[in-house]
Amino acid sequence: MRSNLNFFSDEKFRSIFFQTLVIGLFALGIFFIVQTTAYNLEKRNIATGWRFLTDPAGFDISFSPFINFKSTDTHLDVYFVGVLNTLLVSFCGCIAATILGFLVGIIRLSSNWLLVRVAYIYVEFTRNVPLLLQIILWYSILIQLPRVKQSLEFLDTFFISNRGIYSPRPVFENGFSYVFIAFTLALVSSFFLRRWAKKRQDETGKQFPVVTSAFGMIIFVPLLLFFILGSPLSFDYPALKGFNFKGGMVIRPEFIAMFLALTIYTAAFISETVRSGILSVTKGQREASASLGLKKSWIMRLIIIPQALRVIVPPLTSQYLNLTKNSSLGIAVGYADLVHGFGGISLNQTGQAIECMVIVMATYLTISLTISLFMNIYNRSIQFKEK
Amino acid sequence: MKKLLSILAVSVFAFSANAGTLDDVKNRGFLKCGVTTGLAGFAAPDDSGEWAGLDADMCRAVAVAVFGDRSKVEFITTTGKSRFPTLASGEVDMLARNTTWTISRDVNLGFEFVGVNFYDGQGFMVPSALGVSSAKELDGATVCIQTGTTTELNLADFFRLNGISYEALPIETNDEGKENLFAGRCDVYTTDASGLSSTRAAAADPGKWVVLPEIISKEPLGPLVRHGDHQWGDVVRWSLNAMIIAEELGVTSENVDAQKSSNVPEVLRLLGVEGSYGEMLELAPDWAYQIIKQIGNYSESYEANVGPDTPLEIARGLNALWTQGGILYAPPFR
Repeated sequence: MRSNLNFFSDEKFRSIFFQTLVIGLFALGIFFIVQTTAYNLEKRNIATGWRFLTDPAGFDISFSPFINFKSTDTHLDVYFVGVLNTLLVSFCGCIAATILGFLVGIIRLSSNWLLVRVAYIYVEFTRNVPLLLQIILWYSILIQLPRVKQSLEFLDTFFISNRGIYSPRPVFENGFSYVFIAFTLALVSSFFLRRWAKKRQDETGKQFPVVTSAFGMIIFVPLLLFFILGSPLSFDYPALKGFNFKGGMVIRPEFIAMFLALTIYTAAFISETVRSGILSVTKGQREASASLGLKKSWIMRLIIIPQALRVIVPPLTSQYLNLTKNSSLGIAVGYADLVHGFGGISLNQTGQAIECMVIVMATYLTISLTISLFMNIYNRSIQFKEK
Repeated sequence: MKKLLSILAVSVFAFSANAGTLDDVKNRGFLKCGVTTGLAGFAAPDDSGEWAGLDADMCRAVAVAVFGDRSKVEFITTTGKSRFPTLASGEVDMLARNTTWTISRDVNLGFEFVGVNFYDGQGFMVPSALGVSSAKELDGATVCIQTGTTTELNLADFFRLNGISYEALPIETNDEGKENLFAGRCDVYTTDASGLSSTRAAAADPGKWVVLPEIISKEPLGPLVRHGDHQWGDVVRWSLNAMIIAEELGVTSENVDAQKSSNVPEVLRLLGVEGSYGEMLELAPDWAYQIIKQIGNYSESYEANVGPDTPLEIARGLNALWTQGGILYAPPFR
């Protein structure tokens, strides 16, 4: 009876058949797209290839805090400037959004009526207005600041205008490296001190003032060394010369607008993630720890947050990915990120649209996968360890 | 297999590019013309929402040549960056978008510049309060610059050549440039001198802005089409030339009907009374007559859009006819 049925009644065969079919169709589709593109490029006499990467760019990028970029540098250098600028705003944005998001998430669960309302309005407003509009709004506000000649000044060292925030730039002199080494050593030894203290507490129950001693080590040892070495640090102050401030450090309004908009927008989502994480910890946990006589702050730090993190981290990862990808909107305010510089200006000056876009997409993919990788490792480390 | 797929690909995705552009336009019933996002005098919506300007007239002239109707055109706005992909992909039939004719655009990008409808050069505009009288005094200034343009490259070259520094503030559109310049985010705006005049005319108080004397580049602006479709290239090229020749021959939108009985042979050829030039281009016999009747000759378009009596106040200069001290020159209509 069974042998009369055709192959399709065999579940294993059927499943292999359809999977092969889908993969085959997918491969054919990709092949088709590549073919069409190559054919049309050839038909329109558009030269392809990667040689343009080593050609001089011919234009200037002024926002390049890490690389000294000149117009004689290549399109490949434009790419690196863009990647670093994308990473800069994404990194700063992720850190700030996490801090703000946690704060707002916790505030929304507090019992202060006013704070809860304000946090609620903030979250609902920023989550529901397109990010692009928020970026443009911040930028429009920032360029309405006073002009450079009428800069707001504080103590003759900080200047705020619509060209950015100018502040003194530290100049490290001979000997400062020792201070830096001392600082690093203090950090490392604090880490080991903490491990040792925890172990001792677990074994003997005796506590050790880790925070105070680590603090003392990290602050006072380098500071002491700094004065012994005769303060090997000076500052380069900004001064108005000609059209602009010369010297000092500057944070540009394009960066500030991107940073603020990305942070405030993403923090709203993170705060909801944090709130749901904390709410996911059952009431019994809180009551049980309270009945053990734990302090309120300890309950949060030792009982609630570790359990909440299991719920918070996976969606937090996708918020980090969103923030990084959203940084590509920098083009709206002229922030020289990857899409604006390499994926925009280089693309347009060379006409190598497909090559540039492939590189830009591959770069975002790499950045995103790297973030995911590290967040997954972290996520694994905070999961319940069954003993 | 490869060939088969290619043919399939073409028939599925690229059938519009397969036929001639002229046939496509005729079948569609209107022309798709790529213009700027708004540059007064060249292409910008006027008070009644109609696109007006030298480039807009160029689009209309081609629409008239093909359909005999100046309204048969859809204006598609493009930024400095989007203009080339838009043309290459066939989303527009032609660009009339203050685009500088350069070798790399003509050769490497696969386009065909069919002529020059405005000879321009790159200049600098600063607030007169800065007291700057030459571009060489701009050391350390913040310069607003449209990205993806030839002006961006000229700017870098100019400052490098003169050994002075600047800070580039990249912008996408002319409006963004205006906003940043008027707010003082940048000290200087640099683009084609015509664009500066246009921006200056849009300022609340044009007297507060000066255009510096240096012109640092050649910027021949002209309409362009995709490379390889010569028939369509000819239609656009001769639509432009017809307007220039009409000025040379003294044919205007007002006297064009009377000129039909002129005794000048070239006028008769231009207006389709003699010869079969329309047929050669696969257009109506009176295509050039209609352009002059409905749009006017080059001078009329110039005076109405950018000339000394408009807010832009640009003298003819290089754009005068070759017979009048300029370099505007069209091949003979014969």
